[in-house]
Amino acid sequence: MIDPVTLAVLKGRLEQIADEMDATLFRSAFNPIIAEAHDASHGLYDATTGATLIQGKSGLPIFVGAMSFAVKAVIEKVARDGDLAPGDVYIFNDPYDGGTHLSDFKLVRPYYHDGEVFCYLASVGHWHDVGGNVPGNYNPVATECFQEGMLIPPVKLFSKGELRQDIVDILAANSRLPGSLIGDLSGQINALDLGARRLAELLSEFSAATLTTVFAELQQRAAQLMRANIAELPDGKFSVDDWLDNDGVVDEPLKIALDLTIDGDVMSLDFSRSSPACAGPVNISRSTAIASVYVAIKHIFTDVPANAGVLEPINIIIPDGTLLSVTAPKPVGGYTETILRVIDNVHRAIAEVAPERSNACAYGTINALSLAGHRSDGRRWVMFSFFGGGHGGHPEGDGLNHGNAPISTATIPPAEILEAAYPVFFKQWALRPDSGGVGHNRGGLGAIYEIELLEQDADVFLFGERGRFDPPGVVAGGAGAGNRFYYQQADGMHSPAMGSKMVGVKLLRGQHLRLETPGGGGYGQALDREPERVAEDVRLGYVSVAAAKADYAVIVAADGTLDQAATAACRKDAKA
Amino acid sequence: MSQARKIVGVDVGGTFTDVFFLDESTGACTVAKVPTSKPDQSAGFLAGIKAEVADFADISTVIHGTTVATNALLEKKGAPTGIITTAGFRDTLEMRRRDRPHTWGLWGQFTPVVDRDMRLEVAERTLADGSCHTAVDPGEVEAAARQLLASGAEAVAIVFINAYANAANEQAALAAVKNVWPNDYVVTSHEILPEIREFERTSTTTLNAYLQPAIADYLRRLEGALGAENFAGEVLIVQSNGGVMSLDTACERPIRTALSGPAAGVIASAYIAGNAGFPNVITCDMGGTSFDVSLVVDGESALTTQASVDFGMVIRTPMIEMTTIGAGGGSIAWVDRGGLLQIGPESAGSDPGPVCYGAGNTRPTVTDANVVLGRINADRPIGGALERLDVDAARNAIMAAVGTPLGLDVMTAAEAIVRVANARMAGAIRLVSIERGHNPSDFVAMPFGGGGALHAGALIKDVGLKAAVVPLYPGVTSALGCTVADMRHDFVQTLNTMLDDLDTAALTVMIESFAATGHQLLAKAAVSFAGQSTVFALDMSYLGQTHTVDVTLPVDAAIDTDVIRSSFEARYRTVFGKPLSGIAIRVLNLRVAVIGHRNKLDLKLLAPKIAAGVDAQTGERAVWADGGWHQAAIYERPLLAVGATIAGPALLEQTDTTIFVDPGLSATVDQFGNLIIRQQD
Repeated sequence: MIDPVTLAVLKGRLEQIADEMDATLFRSAFNPIIAEAHDASHGLYDATTGATLIQGKSGLPIFVGAMSFAVKAVIEKVARDGDLAPGDVYIFNDPYDGGTHLSDFKLVRPYYHDGEVFCYLASVGHWHDVGGNVPGNYNPVATECFQEGMLIPPVKLFSKGELRQDIVDILAANSRLPGSLIGDLSGQINALDLGARRLAELLSEFSAATLTTVFAELQQRAAQLMRANIAELPDGKFSVDDWLDNDGVVDEPLKIALDLTIDGDVMSLDFSRSSPACAGPVNISRSTAIASVYVAIKHIFTDVPANAGVLEPINIIIPDGTLLSVTAPKPVGGYTETILRVIDNVHRAIAEVAPERSNACAYGTINALSLAGHRSDGRRWVMFSFFGGGHGGHPEGDGLNHGNAPISTATIPPAEILEAAYPVFFKQWALRPDSGGVGHNRGGLGAIYEIELLEQDADVFLFGERGRFDPPGVVAGGAGAGNRFYYQQADGMHSPAMGSKMVGVKLLRGQHLRLETPGGGGYGQALDREPERVAEDVRLGYVSVAAAKADYAVIVAADGTLDQAATAACRKDAKA
Repeated sequence: MSQARKIVGVDVGGTFTDVFFLDESTGACTVAKVPTSKPDQSAGFLAGIKAEVADFADISTVIHGTTVATNALLEKKGAPTGIITTAGFRDTLEMRRRDRPHTWGLWGQFTPVVDRDMRLEVAERTLADGSCHTAVDPGEVEAAARQLLASGAEAVAIVFINAYANAANEQAALAAVKNVWPNDYVVTSHEILPEIREFERTSTTTLNAYLQPAIADYLRRLEGALGAENFAGEVLIVQSNGGVMSLDTACERPIRTALSGPAAGVIASAYIAGNAGFPNVITCDMGGTSFDVSLVVDGESALTTQASVDFGMVIRTPMIEMTTIGAGGGSIAWVDRGGLLQIGPESAGSDPGPVCYGAGNTRPTVTDANVVLGRINADRPIGGALERLDVDAARNAIMAAVGTPLGLDVMTAAEAIVRVANARMAGAIRLVSIERGHNPSDFVAMPFGGGGALHAGALIKDVGLKAAVVPLYPGVTSALGCTVADMRHDFVQTLNTMLDDLDTAALTVMIESFAATGHQLLAKAAVSFAGQSTVFALDMSYLGQTHTVDVTLPVDAAIDTDVIRSSFEARYRTVFGKPLSGIAIRVLNLRVAVIGHRNKLDLKLLAPKIAAGVDAQTGERAVWADGGWHQAAIYERPLLAVGATIAGPALLEQTDTTIFVDPGLSATVDQFGNLIIRQQD
């Protein structure tokens, strides 16, 4: 067994390598989705299985689970072709083997030590535009991946250290923003170079055998820690059903179902009752589904380290044929919406089994909104951003107002940056009152964003969810307010026929859009919320006077003055 | 007055107030350390000065490093504040940049310093290009001001969208507020931070307003108390950027002190190490709960433009860049459920403190491990409040929490704690050096604070640093830093234009205007300077990038686009490698710094005046290192003469710290009295 000091020291040194790779790409990336939203990740992966050995702390959470599948895809490719050499780097974005969606380009590089592959280094980043029918690649009406963007299988970007410019040329020719693409690609190459240099330095201080032992120990300890966490939960079963509004093509709800079983130190997550694969782009591949389970688990058991050992005591059951296990060419561009629902299900199910460990659902949609047009001088512009919403109530208090999605750590660009870069004007950027799900601990508030167009015209695309199924509360808490989207036309305001999904609607100068994002679900009974806290919510404008009475049975004036006697009577009636 | 030749640096920390005295007429230096008075720091402040100065009329300058602002922010004890902002944007402060406190775990919460009902909107709007879309109505602003006043506000922040591009509406609103409510504590965002990004500007402006009443009250009280003692000199306040400002400026811009705690120590380190011949320094401040690292390259401290005091409490102002990890003397060692040895982030702090203090904590800390290993003298606790440290209690705690779970004997467990703590500190040093493209063998570590000197030797071995330089008074380094800090004023203005469209004539006018304002502020401060200088820099990037690089422009040459382009490309090469071709270059912000260089302390004055031949060795002690016991010589550090050389293992004791010279290292006293620790040849 390895000594505890070497283990702790090397764990820190290895994590620092992955962190440094993340930081290098964030600083040098050209597109804000990587630079500001940190939609990227780096790590070290097992030489034979591709299992995650070490992961950076700052990368996008969903990639932490998905990257091992990407490395595995390269390992399988190499096994077929048998021509791996030092200095090779593979590139691809195939989401069926490698997880997530076409926008995420993975670079995988073998690291050789003493003539053998010691491990793999990998980098993934969300590129700004990878072709397809919709700028920014959130095409809500795609029925095949070919409408979502280019699909690149694992190919060599570098062969024995030589860059294959023809590959770069193919990639650049398939993007609306080739400059951004090349900038991001350079950043990812630099990050892998840096990781290789740092690993070489580490291997000059410590033997390869020591590092290999450390990798194995860290996995085993992660599994041990996860087993201890599961064993602390009471044994039991709980089933949760949740729904996606539709797939953007066929307007029918899609079920995401989970049957959770806790048995001793093993957890079983069975998604078999979920809907079959659908026509539109809310399908996900099995690797993406497993990655999202990992994210859900790590949000609850925050002390487990980021490596493959965490999933060892967890059985994940996803049969073929569901929308959680699709293969090419089923469209997967809207994968974010589906994995948010998977995470919601896991959190809800655990909340019912062990309420003190979990939380209500967060807002549950990334609302990918894109506005695209041409300036008067003919230059193309594409404003593409994700928007925030409320987090769920939890055992310690109310949900966070205007947070980021659980699958990401992205920050939103400031309104001033968007206004300086694009011909838009924000009329409102505000919290959305009465949007937090009611409960003893209220859900956090969603947001209202209202945008006016300053150029002659633009096409508007939206890929959102939770328009028809609001973010649920847990342990008797209420749901957060659902997603709402309105756009102005000559004859007045409209909402998308598909709820929160829409493609290519023309907006004219002076017309505006209004996006109202969901709040988080509530935690616990609304009638258990202390009247003073409800009164405070009213004073701050989080909750209206009417909602305080209707939802909480609290009688309060607009300035927050509580009517104790009337409240007592109202609560008595409500509980009766 | 003409005889007033004493300069006094006063650094008020959480536990102690440290004072450094320099008598310019005699060259004599002395130090004092008194307990920090709470809640009013001014009592300890005066007591510290009185420890060495009988007549305050002898003092020409008092330079003060204060944590009053930092504490007010952390404890949310600023003044009731109101915000007047653009219609549609009253929630900017609360919505932040849509982040969350922790990557993993969704239980975060955030309460802004200004409640939602104290954030009022008025109909006004400026567009991104600076054009006025809707002019502000002074009557509406006056009504908002009256409402805030009636609601108990003491300070007001006026923040309008795109005010960085055109401040006219904010200026009109400021006049309107003052019209109905004459109040010193009304600030506008274009005065505090005329820089694009509304959340960062709102947060910084609001926190300035929130701090103003309390800080002005404290500083005026201090000024009055000094005046009552016949002090007639100048009071200067240390800023987060490592420079000082006048007391009047500090009353208007208290936000500039919000992260100034470590600044003076870094300035002192840069100065001391620079004098000793080491212009490249990594400063290591080890306190009770944290280990703070910063980088000095060629004598210049690395600055950063933004930091957070707490989640969502963002301050954007130039400040000395600090990397902090939770590994201080009080950090708790524990074994997680996966069987991994961890240090921190939980800390026993100074109260109850480590197990060996006997004040009730039973979980072992880094200090406990140092005591058990024999590196800290249990019979001579630092600070003098305790008679003796409880070694047995420390051993028992280490055995129970670390030894038994990991199957280690107590000495091995204690050494494991120190080694893992050292590894974490080494990680922080790698982060600021290697990861920024620097070669660690070009740098020395300068430990200050109470605990750093015990670990410095291990750090130079671990990271491959050239040496460690332990200053004469590690415990009062910050107070010394107060006396050598330059006066500095920073300015920023967002330009947000393409380089090809940049109006360099207008830029030159803007630079000259900022420089003139800065030089006026220096002139007003009634401080004599050895010289003045100005730094011009632009934040630039390639079009499409959102992160910028800072490009320093030549001061003497005329500024044209070719000069700017070549300066940018040179800087880009340093930061990222190869510059790119064919992509347009964007100029986001102008930054101007005006610096008044203060007369410098001659550090030779501090050199120990110990005759050769004085025996500084006081005994021997068994010390555990590298898996076994070593007999280490113990020295009284203040008795070591210039040129003295000591081979490790050795322990050097002084009232404010203990220095451990590891086996295989040697230490030499340089001409200034610094101890230089190096690998033995």
